[in-house]
Amino acid sequence: MKARYLIPLAIFIAMLAFLGVGLTLDPREVPSPLIDKPAPAFRLQTLDAPSRVMTPEDMRGQVWLLNVWASWCGGCREEHPVLVELAKSRAVPIYGLDYKDQPGDARRWLADFGNPYTAIVSDPDGRAGIEYGVYGVPETFVIDKAGVIRYKQIGPITPKALQETILPLVRKLNAA
Amino acid sequence: MLLKFVPPLLLTAMLAPAFAKEAAPAAADPVAEARLMELSSELRCLVCQNQTIADSNAELAVDLRNEIREKIQTGMSDAEIKDFMVARYGDFVLYRPPVKGTTLALWVGPFLLLAVGGGILFFNLRRRRQRDAEPELSRDDQALAESLLHTDTTKETR
Repeated sequence: MKARYLIPLAIFIAMLAFLGVGLTLDPREVPSPLIDKPAPAFRLQTLDAPSRVMTPEDMRGQVWLLNVWASWCGGCREEHPVLVELAKSRAVPIYGLDYKDQPGDARRWLADFGNPYTAIVSDPDGRAGIEYGVYGVPETFVIDKAGVIRYKQIGPITPKALQETILPLVRKLNAA
Repeated sequence: MLLKFVPPLLLTAMLAPAFAKEAAPAAADPVAEARLMELSSELRCLVCQNQTIADSNAELAVDLRNEIREKIQTGMSDAEIKDFMVARYGDFVLYRPPVKGTTLALWVGPFLLLAVGGGILFFNLRRRRQRDAEPELSRDDQALAESLLHTDTTKETR
């Protein structure tokens, strides 16, 4: 009989547990439907030389990161030192997609903070961003040798995300 | 009395230019714009997650409205445009998610809870009715109880 009165308490504790887990989740992180799908095509001018056009096909045969960034984006500044370090380690080439940005601003930003990118393409009207389902810069895609998206980092790459998720995945994909 | 209506009227007058500005593209093709509004009010803006693409003024929402407008002009159906959005942003972009494995809990959950709640209510009520229906003491039991109540209890405790 006594146990009956504990039921509301048990329900309350279960609810607390659910709410507690909920607090640790980031509702802004919406799982991408593009995981394990071929990287969407784009044909974009590079930031350095508008006469040069790049497509994802150019990166075929290597594991690469596509980092979507912009000079107006606060999270990108936060992320930038991590990318610079990563570029120095030469673990994986980083290609930049300069999202809805002014080329002049982007170049100044890179001159100020360093350029970790192997190459950067400009996406001034954000069309390529839409193809990649970008909704908040920075976002980073890990793309394998066959051109398939294997992982998407939403928001800045933290040192922890890099060490625990991205680099192990890159090593695995490189070994494959 | 009339004064009551003045502030809202003033406000409306003040907002009128703003509305006029928002409505500008509608002049282009009213039918396409109506379709655009209907479609984009079914789609979630991922930047400001509780607004539709129709309502939101986030830059991405503006871009996506333009994208949808273009797709309407090229003759794509509503279903095709929705598929385009889902392929890039996932089911979350739909305000009415499709019924499938991952969304089953969402669709069936409330009914399941209703069934469980209804079940508990049903069994409780039935038990209560059974308890109420139990006969009062039979005549023999009644007599026994009376006699026990009237015997000298002091004798037994001694």
